[in-house]
Amino acid sequence: MRQPPLDTAPPVSDEIRHTTCYMCACRCGINVHMKGGKVAYIEGNRDHPVNKGVLCAKGSAGIMQHNAPSRLRAPLKRVGPRGSGEFEEISWDEALDIAQSWLEPIRHDNPEKLAFFTGRDQSQSFTSFWAQNFGMPNYAAHGGFCSVNMAAAGIYTMGGAFWEFGQPDWDHTKLFLLFGVAEDHDSNPIKMGIGKLKARGARVIGVNPIRTGYNAVADDWVGITPGTDGLFILSLIHELLRAGKIDLNYLARFTNAPVLVDADTGMLLRDDAGKELVIDRRTGAPAPFDEPGVQPDLAGTLDGHRSVFQLIADRYLSPDYAPDAVAETCGIPANRIRAIAAEIARVAFDEAFEIAQPWTDFRGERHAKMTGRPVSFHAMRGISAHANGFQTCRALHLLQILLGTVEVPGGFRFKPPYPKPVTAHPTPHCAAQPDSPLDGPHLGFPRGPQDLALKPDGSPARIDKAFTWENPLSAHGLMHMVISNAHAGDPYRIDTLFLYMANMAWNSSMNTGGVMQMLTDTDDNGDYVIPRIIYSDAYSSEMVAYADLILPDTTYLERHDCISLLDRPICEPGAAADAIRWPVAAPDRDVRGFQTVLVQLANRLKLPGFTGADGQPLYTDYADYMTRHERKPGIGPLMGWRGDGTDTGRGAPNHDQIDRYIENGGFCVAHIPDEALYYKPWNAAYQDWAVGMGLYDAPQPYLFQLYVEPMRAFQRAAEGHGDRQPPAHLRDRVHAAMDPLPAWHPAPSDPAYPIHALTQRPMAMYHSWGSQNAWLRQIHGENPLYLPTAIWDGHGFAPGDWARVTSPHGAITVPVAHHAGLNPHTIWTWNAIGKRGGAWALAEDAPEATRGFLLNHLIHELLPPRGDGLRWSNSDPVTGQAAWFDLKVRIEKLPARTSTLPDTGRQNSPVPVAPDALAWKVGP
Amino acid sequence: MTALPATTTRQLGLVIDLDTCVGCQACVIACKGWNTENYGAPLSDQDPYGTPSGTFLNRVHSYEVQPETGSAQLVHFPKSCLHCEDAPCVTVCPTGASYKRVEDGIVLVNETDCMGCGLCAWACPYGARELDLAAGVMKKCTLCVDRIYNDNLPEEDREPACVRTCPAGARHFGDFADPDSHVSRLTKERDGMDLMPEQGTKPVNKYLPPRPRDQIDVLAPLLNPVAEEPTGFLRWLDKALERL
Amino acid sequence: MHPAPSVILFTTLSGLGFGLLAFLGLGMPDVTGGSALAFYGIGFALAVGGLVASTFHLANPKNAIKAFREWRTSWLSREGVAAVLTLTVAGLCAVGAAFFDTRLAPLGWLSTALALFTVHCTAMIYAQLKTVPRWHQIWTPVHFLTTAIAGGALLAGQVSLAMPLLLLAGGVQWVTWVQGDKRFAAAGTTLETATGLGAIGTPRPFEPPHTGSNYLLREMVHVVGRKHSQKLRLIAVALMSVVPVICLLLPFNHLLAALAVLAHLLGVLVARWLFFAQAEHVVGLYYGGR
Ligand SMILES: Nc1nc2c(c(=O)[nH]1)N[C@H]1C(S)=C(S)[C@@H](COP(=O)(O)OP(=O)(O)OC[C@H]3O[C@@H](n4cnc5c(=O)[nH]c(N)nc54)[C@H](O)[C@@H]3O)O[C@H]1N2
Ligand SMILES: Nc1nc2c(c(=O)[nH]1)N[C@H]1C(S)=C(S)[C@@H](COP(=O)(O)OP(=O)(O)OC[C@H]3O[C@@H](n4cnc5c(=O)[nH]c(N)nc54)[C@H](O)[C@@H]3O)O[C@H]1N2
Ligand code: SF4
Ligand code: SF4
Ligand code: SF4
Ligand code: SF4
Ligand code: SF4
Ligand SMILES: [Mo]
Repeated sequence: MRQPPLDTAPPVSDEIRHTTCYMCACRCGINVHMKGGKVAYIEGNRDHPVNKGVLCAKGSAGIMQHNAPSRLRAPLKRVGPRGSGEFEEISWDEALDIAQSWLEPIRHDNPEKLAFFTGRDQSQSFTSFWAQNFGMPNYAAHGGFCSVNMAAAGIYTMGGAFWEFGQPDWDHTKLFLLFGVAEDHDSNPIKMGIGKLKARGARVIGVNPIRTGYNAVADDWVGITPGTDGLFILSLIHELLRAGKIDLNYLARFTNAPVLVDADTGMLLRDDAGKELVIDRRTGAPAPFDEPGVQPDLAGTLDGHRSVFQLIADRYLSPDYAPDAVAETCGIPANRIRAIAAEIARVAFDEAFEIAQPWTDFRGERHAKMTGRPVSFHAMRGISAHANGFQTCRALHLLQILLGTVEVPGGFRFKPPYPKPVTAHPTPHCAAQPDSPLDGPHLGFPRGPQDLALKPDGSPARIDKAFTWENPLSAHGLMHMVISNAHAGDPYRIDTLFLYMANMAWNSSMNTGGVMQMLTDTDDNGDYVIPRIIYSDAYSSEMVAYADLILPDTTYLERHDCISLLDRPICEPGAAADAIRWPVAAPDRDVRGFQTVLVQLANRLKLPGFTGADGQPLYTDYADYMTRHERKPGIGPLMGWRGDGTDTGRGAPNHDQIDRYIENGGFCVAHIPDEALYYKPWNAAYQDWAVGMGLYDAPQPYLFQLYVEPMRAFQRAAEGHGDRQPPAHLRDRVHAAMDPLPAWHPAPSDPAYPIHALTQRPMAMYHSWGSQNAWLRQIHGENPLYLPTAIWDGHGFAPGDWARVTSPHGAITVPVAHHAGLNPHTIWTWNAIGKRGGAWALAEDAPEATRGFLLNHLIHELLPPRGDGLRWSNSDPVTGQAAWFDLKVRIEKLPARTSTLPDTGRQNSPVPVAPDALAWKVGP
Repeated sequence: MTALPATTTRQLGLVIDLDTCVGCQACVIACKGWNTENYGAPLSDQDPYGTPSGTFLNRVHSYEVQPETGSAQLVHFPKSCLHCEDAPCVTVCPTGASYKRVEDGIVLVNETDCMGCGLCAWACPYGARELDLAAGVMKKCTLCVDRIYNDNLPEEDREPACVRTCPAGARHFGDFADPDSHVSRLTKERDGMDLMPEQGTKPVNKYLPPRPRDQIDVLAPLLNPVAEEPTGFLRWLDKALERL
Repeated sequence: MHPAPSVILFTTLSGLGFGLLAFLGLGMPDVTGGSALAFYGIGFALAVGGLVASTFHLANPKNAIKAFREWRTSWLSREGVAAVLTLTVAGLCAVGAAFFDTRLAPLGWLSTALALFTVHCTAMIYAQLKTVPRWHQIWTPVHFLTTAIAGGALLAGQVSLAMPLLLLAGGVQWVTWVQGDKRFAAAGTTLETATGLGAIGTPRPFEPPHTGSNYLLREMVHVVGRKHSQKLRLIAVALMSVVPVICLLLPFNHLLAALAVLAHLLGVLVARWLFFAQAEHVVGLYYGGR
């Protein structure tokens, strides 16, 4: 028997170029295999700190994104009506002329007339710098509709959040509880982490109304009723407190649990230097919390002023939080709640372990060991995208801190630049002056009413009404309110809306049909109500059709990018790390990297920060900015190879820097010394290392804020104290929302709409981009609405049926499917699969347009009227986070049909027709 | 070439861990990417931007399993060629294009001989073969035969593309003929199973069953209260602090 | 399985053709000259036509010639080899009969044996497939052979033989169906065994691996309604057996004979459509079939 000859060792490629993936915000390292100058194959970079060689489906499919027929080819000027998609291609000179002619007068006359909002922007430190130098008050990225609850609750409570800003100690944890996550930004690291736990046989508990993905592999699935996690968590806290299963030592040393609360004002007691006061157990007398040798007393009292811890015990030991009291609301049997609490306590305390690593805390005390508590938590939008999300996230942090599992071995760990207390963050700024930069960064963390972005007359300073009494801690802005506010002229009219990589006419808007209407509405003169829209996209998205001027971006393999410590770097709990993208392939179209376009616009507008004393431009393009910009002396966008090439963190700009990144695989890693690996907020070695790296200018140890004093400051204003107080109609709401201890409030409910409706991210799709990808769209080309058995059987659904789903705001007609592993009151679908006809270079009858749909049509940015004459916004009253997951609906069965409703019409495609066959082989 | 070798020196194959697979589809696309650019004809797609249909060598299904009591469980189920010992797809092939390698047991299609009759795909119970419409030849998982021996790749990369990429570590590659190999040990420890044993194909690839789910209620004993209300709690706290 | 016209035509026409050649090999009818040419011509046309139809099923026909290589293991290869041998031997017989007015009986017998073996090979292409339990049964070759023989007898004008043979073929066809209906269950392949998840509980497909279509779904997952198929079975047997027999029972008439042949052909085509369309491939289980 003879086997055919076979070459088992063919050459793989001519060259490997290392850069960073952009198919989602996880930012894995990729090896791009090149053949004859073309991209032939993409795999994960084994040396990369984020993904260590693995790559998700989207990452591997990057080649199809890079070659997608939907790529824009040249700047576009709208020639048909908005929404039609009729454009003419123009030159860059003309495009920049137009943009300049719109922006220059605004800057000169009234910077307020410009709103610049960016989507899942990976260059926020740069775009915000641009915006600050332009000087309009209206800038934010997408965090407000994404997960600001998660970010803000984490930062106010413990100086860092879940999101991708920290992660469980995957190597040591033995019990991992995951709340409300389908995928998250840390896509590959979470999968790798779960894989590690599974390999070790550690237990994973998934708390999620829907049992798919991570929740499907979880050892235990808790199919909670949406919006009730806060109550469930507080019930776990109740159980743990009742059994004394809390880490008293940790609470006393590292949190504000022992800090005394002024019984009259509810503010924290402080000494003259402003230091919080605790009772020192050695003396029984008050002392500043950080005094060397102090032993803070959790049970301390002083003249009727009690410690935070006593307030906590008072509140959560209440029978209101007993498992039996919450079981029905949460949809979790009381015994199961008790069993979970018992298991958490068992692992945290009975399986505690020690690492023989001495360390010194901020009080100067030397510890011989690090105590590990191998219970860890992670959560994301499932708990944060509710109107009670901020407090729910706070509750979860309270739980992990009571257990003493934050920043200890086996628990949750921060990634630099976190931990970083609220006090180290800026406050928001909004004072706009013609022809001047803004008085400070747009976004920040208010410490009290004094930091709200209000005009002298008390009206909102920002178009999105961020940092107002409606949502005081809206640390990421409210991108989802920009279009509707601009359309309503409330709080004022704008002239130009400038958007970057956010599909705001489609999947990132609530009330999609309504938003399309607002974007096309005209006034009595026939002029558009929102007069001018500039948009940067790389592809022919739905939003493109609604803009007047399109600035086409390159693909991620064709430009420079900077994943910087100044915004959202790629650090690990054990290392600081940042990365770049660089043009591994040359564009074959007349497109430019958007950041470079912003530099060019800044140069034309002679923006300060971009212009030297001699009036000459400081930077030629984004790569130039990446290497030469200094935010503070010695600190620039990239941390690696600074100065003469040997400095990390701080150092003079180095013109070779990008080349050194490329040589190193596109990233830079700086490891944290062993002594500094845990207890970072209180660890002297970590604080010193962070200062050396330029993360802080001086050590700033701090206490975890179980009791959030800034929230109490807002409550006091609502009680009538201070010179900035909420308007009468908002007082009660502000008071209730700004509870300084975690609380749970049910979402408003209407018996006519009994069913919760959710979306989840499919792991193989990124929002709306995935659908232009020839490989990925074969996996998710349409999305049924999944119904639990109770509803499936109850309504007599059969495979192939369709349904009409109605919310107080609208109705959609969609195909349905059965899902047994689902909370009985919940239905769901995959997010952002549905597409508008004509978008993304897809065929007219593409399944995404005929059988795909968006749930967004059912979600309104305002809640239904409640008879108080006000329309409350559908968002968290603390942060303004869009409450996507508070949606309630009812459902009716319909016979099969051929296309989903509503029909949003079609747009003309500004790009050539896509090919009808693919056999993509670059060749030998 | 359609006679099967009586034995093969090595038995290379995959272990797929159904307890761990999160259904992310990474292996599906890594496979598509590698095998489009490498072994044989590219994996083509028809009407890729309309109503698409393409060739894939690895696909991830998902199933809901309803146990007698408790809630339904969801299992992600990746499936590619299992490189069967008694591969019916090989023996049916009239042209000899399909064969099982003597040295490692990998089942391959020699595309220069294949006439695209499809019979091998009919013979495979697992749906592991797909006829490529553009090239007219049968495509199937090659176990990345052009990676695992490829000295143009660093040694650590000489494993299948799907295994290398799997973020959850749910895929394992190795030699089942070696009882001490990682894959043999995993199979033994975790009761690795055959798909459709009754078909008599003797698959080489093994599947590790999901571990028991929803067991928490039967785990730890419930907590004993130290106090039922705040004052009692503070008394306990005082004593506990004394002991610190 | 997808009832592709190419394979339906292939099995139907070649079965009929080789059936006729089998009778001609036995000298039934013992024809020479022009009528030999006509009979053999029809036999060849059907057999070759069927084989040609089968090549439409090939995605890469340029390699079709290689299909003769693996006769040791592959029934499809054997079918090809057997068909060529049959056509060669039958061709010699035809030349002898048509041009030399001779019939070499042993050569004829050989061609009969080969023709029947070819039909058997065709049947075995399907019957060997464990993956399609309905086909994987002894009745598949019995049915192919009885149908080919009955059709051959009909075409060969062996009226008295044809009548019982047609009834037999119809009966065998019915038994094949009835037995076939039980095969999937008997094979014991279920979604439980396919996924190995039966130990946990009852599995049910949740989400398919792709919302787009693929080769497997088009080729192997084809669903026919039960009611529909029962009706078609009756029509098929009526056409392939009952109608021809009635035609033959009536006083001979060329039109009736033609009608008998036509009905038989149509009946077999319907039966073969069902043969494919009703055949459930076990892979369908993975996609929620069966
Ligand atoms: N129903 C429902 N709606 C939701 C959510 C939900 O859970 N449920 N989630 C919300 C959340 S958290 C988010 S973050 C939003 C996301 O929604 P969007 O921010 O709208 O996200 P994308 O669809 O990714 O759109 C981004 C746009 O960026 C473009 N783009 C891609 N690559 C590039 C590039 O390199 N350069 C430029 N300039 N443009 C590029 C894409 O073509 C696309 O038009 O959706 C929100 N909407
Ligand atoms: N593949 C892929 N990865 C992505 C993205 C993508 O589009 N595709 N988008 C990125 C972006 S912008 C973001 S913001 C992140 C978001 O990542 P995730 O936070 O994972 O966001 P979602 O997919 O919206 O998943 C929310 C989960 O919360 C659950 N959930 C909803 N309500 C509740 C509740 O009340 N309680 C509990 N416990 N669970 C609930 C839902 O069932 C769902 O599983 O993902 C990022 N990563
Ligand atoms: S998770 Fe996937 S898409 Fe996101 S950066 Fe990593 S490889 Fe790319
Ligand atoms: S899985 Fe299918 S294709 Fe692979 S060897 Fe087994 S029978 Fe052949
Ligand atoms: S399709 Fe190709 S490999 Fe398969 S049986 Fe036919 S000739 Fe052989
Ligand atoms: S081993 Fe290679 S060919 Fe086979 S499924 Fe994995 S990647 Fe695809
Ligand atoms: S890559 Fe791994 S986890 Fe993802 S679907 Fe494949 S086997 Fe499962
Ligand atoms: Mo997001």
